[in-house]
Amino acid sequence: MQTQQIFLFFIGIVALAGLVAFFSGRSKAQRVRASGAEMYAQPDQYGWFTAISSAGPALLVGLAAVVAIATADIDIEGMQLLIASLVVAAVGLVIGLALVKPDFHARNAIETLIRYVLIGAAMISIVTTFGILVSIIFEAIRFFQMESFWTFITGTTWDPGNSFQMAAGRGEGVESTANFGAVPLFAGTFMITLIAMLVAIPIGLLAAVYMAEFAPESVRTVAKPVLEVLAGIPTVVYGFFAAITVAPLIVDIFSPLGIEASYNNALAPGLVMGIMIIPFISSLSDDVITSVPDTMRQGSLALGMTHGETIRNVILPAALPGIISASLLAMSRALGETMIVVMAAGMRPNLTANPLEDMTTVTVRIVAALTGDQEFASAETLSAFALGLVLFVVTLLLNMVSVVLIRRFREKYSANNL
Amino acid sequence: MSHSFDDISAQLKGRHRRTKRLKFMSMGALALAATFLVVFIGDMVMRGYPAFQQAELHVPVTYSEQSQEIPLAAVEEDVRDLVSRGWLRQLPRDMAADASLMGQTIDRWVIADDQVDQYLKGHKSHLKPKQTAVLDRMIENGTAELKFNINFFTTGDSKLPEYAGIWSAAMGTILTLLVTLAFAFPVGVLTAVYLEEFAPDNRFTQAIEININNLAAVPSILFGLLGLAIFINFFGMPRSSPLVGGLTLGLMTLPVIIITTRSALRSVPDTIRQAAFGVGCSRWQVVRDHVLPLSLPGILTGSIIGLAQAMGETAPLIIVGMVAFIPDAPTAITQAATVLPAQIFTWAGEPEQAYVERTAAGILVLLSVLILLNAAAVMLRKKFERRW
Repeated sequence: MQTQQIFLFFIGIVALAGLVAFFSGRSKAQRVRASGAEMYAQPDQYGWFTAISSAGPALLVGLAAVVAIATADIDIEGMQLLIASLVVAAVGLVIGLALVKPDFHARNAIETLIRYVLIGAAMISIVTTFGILVSIIFEAIRFFQMESFWTFITGTTWDPGNSFQMAAGRGEGVESTANFGAVPLFAGTFMITLIAMLVAIPIGLLAAVYMAEFAPESVRTVAKPVLEVLAGIPTVVYGFFAAITVAPLIVDIFSPLGIEASYNNALAPGLVMGIMIIPFISSLSDDVITSVPDTMRQGSLALGMTHGETIRNVILPAALPGIISASLLAMSRALGETMIVVMAAGMRPNLTANPLEDMTTVTVRIVAALTGDQEFASAETLSAFALGLVLFVVTLLLNMVSVVLIRRFREKYSANNL
Repeated sequence: MSHSFDDISAQLKGRHRRTKRLKFMSMGALALAATFLVVFIGDMVMRGYPAFQQAELHVPVTYSEQSQEIPLAAVEEDVRDLVSRGWLRQLPRDMAADASLMGQTIDRWVIADDQVDQYLKGHKSHLKPKQTAVLDRMIENGTAELKFNINFFTTGDSKLPEYAGIWSAAMGTILTLLVTLAFAFPVGVLTAVYLEEFAPDNRFTQAIEININNLAAVPSILFGLLGLAIFINFFGMPRSSPLVGGLTLGLMTLPVIIITTRSALRSVPDTIRQAAFGVGCSRWQVVRDHVLPLSLPGILTGSIIGLAQAMGETAPLIIVGMVAFIPDAPTAITQAATVLPAQIFTWAGEPEQAYVERTAAGILVLLSVLILLNAAAVMLRKKFERRW
């Protein structure tokens, strides 16, 4: 039988078991009730209970079978699975029906079950985090068994060389020439992030000041969503824009000055990324500035400060933790941004301070390592996970600091809207 | 104090001027961001709109046994390298499908080669002078024209630009998003219900909350690494399939749905819950019959926004292999597929002008869908928003 047919049959069995159980459970409860006994729950609730006790275990059997087939390579015949689930459903039905008695709390039983289902759903997000951590750490450990951690962190040459041949067993007699020094990648990432922040912080912050302090309500209601649009544009679109419009523009601007810029220069992705993260800074800063208590504004104005001086000397210092928090959040976004740099930045690891040269980033190398035709076990492929680990740790730290800062701000001014 | 009243008045002018300066600078910053948006969209439209047109040639097509063997023989010699090779390759199949064509010569519109297309649009092309002479004559006769490019919407990816379209990528996107929604919506809503309505305020609950906030800020590419290591390598799901892509995006969308659902649940006033408890509802009955229906518009709005975000995501899908050359639309979630942003990424890597056009056109389609989705979310909120 085809997998699809088995699946359909399985769903059919579960649905049928549920229906049969619901109606038989309910009718038994109705009969008991009609005979004059006082019951703890409504007949419908007994019906639901029997439905769950019959279809639930059958569903679990199916799930267990899928997991077993996928992970442990256990061969399970479709027919066996169907019969097993049918048997389990029947047993569940019998037990469920036996429990339909006047002194049985069907509603509470359902309630408990639902609580477990909800906890299970909530656990998925925790499992996801652990999944990311475990999957990255395991592969990264395999990488660090091949290459030393110290050269990875401090080495200045990134050149996967012939590592893929070594992994394929064709490296006999050839000296491994691979070098995995990630410093040029870190430097490239840092340079592009720096450019992005230099664009985004002034523009984002000033836009936030305008919206929070100067703008009339009508401008505010239009400007806020317009800025949000910037954050909603897919990054692949920004990447295309950076590569096809901004990068040639930069080359054209600098060539009359006698400065030669690479078409994969770091400036183009940096600028475009900066524009992308403006809304991250402006929207959070706007919230922070508006939640600085009005008493501080009034106090400052009463002392004879102008509006501008109030903003500069009172409001911005008070809002500083929130603004820094917003900037850190935006920075972690810029560090992990992939598509813009994949499309517009270079592929060549290049340790330089000149933003007009091409340089590459951590995320670019991750993509490059995982889209080639290499063996999965090669050092180059695994290096992606080592880089991913660094990225994860750095962005996590930035987020943590950002959360702590914003919490301090919130406690200090008891601002509840953050 | 040495400052006289006059000194202070004189200073005051400068101080107010500085306030004005700050105001204009901040206004300028906002204007700059808005200008960028306009420039950006203008640039995309300028680059993309030519792709919605495609050159076609009106030529006599001879359906004969010879042209069934050698399709090139179906058209006259001077236009042979002007019509699309993709169309010629299709010719024998057309003839096999419709036997009545045999032996006829029909004047009909035929898709032109992409170089002809570029020439007609006034761009650079690699056509030889002899070919352009033929073309110029045809343009004058009205037998070479730009027509609406229906192929762009009905075909999949192709190595021939004139036949490259977004259909298979669009189908891939739909399948992927269905998987994403089927996973992230129930799990996200249930998690939010648990955290908001059921969970006691203890360390476990706090851990989940912190964790969700962190998850929302994890770079998307790391979800791709997770998808590769867990779904593909560990569970052995098919690479490049909407199943893997959808689940990966689902995990990414989960925090968005949880956070928006929680705020929607929170906006339902406690009096509703108390009234329901008062008439003897259990906790689940309160949630199912009262809180969830009242917060549904907010939940749907958040889910649509999360879905729009997932729709534009590319990086994790590259990692799980969804940037493949897929000419045919996928029909099941286990087949290899690609999605719209990934298709855009693939085309962006092609040097030909015809592909640059198609990239921008694909972007326009993607942006339009995203705008529609977001507009739907806003309308939904406006229509059903309730002030308590």
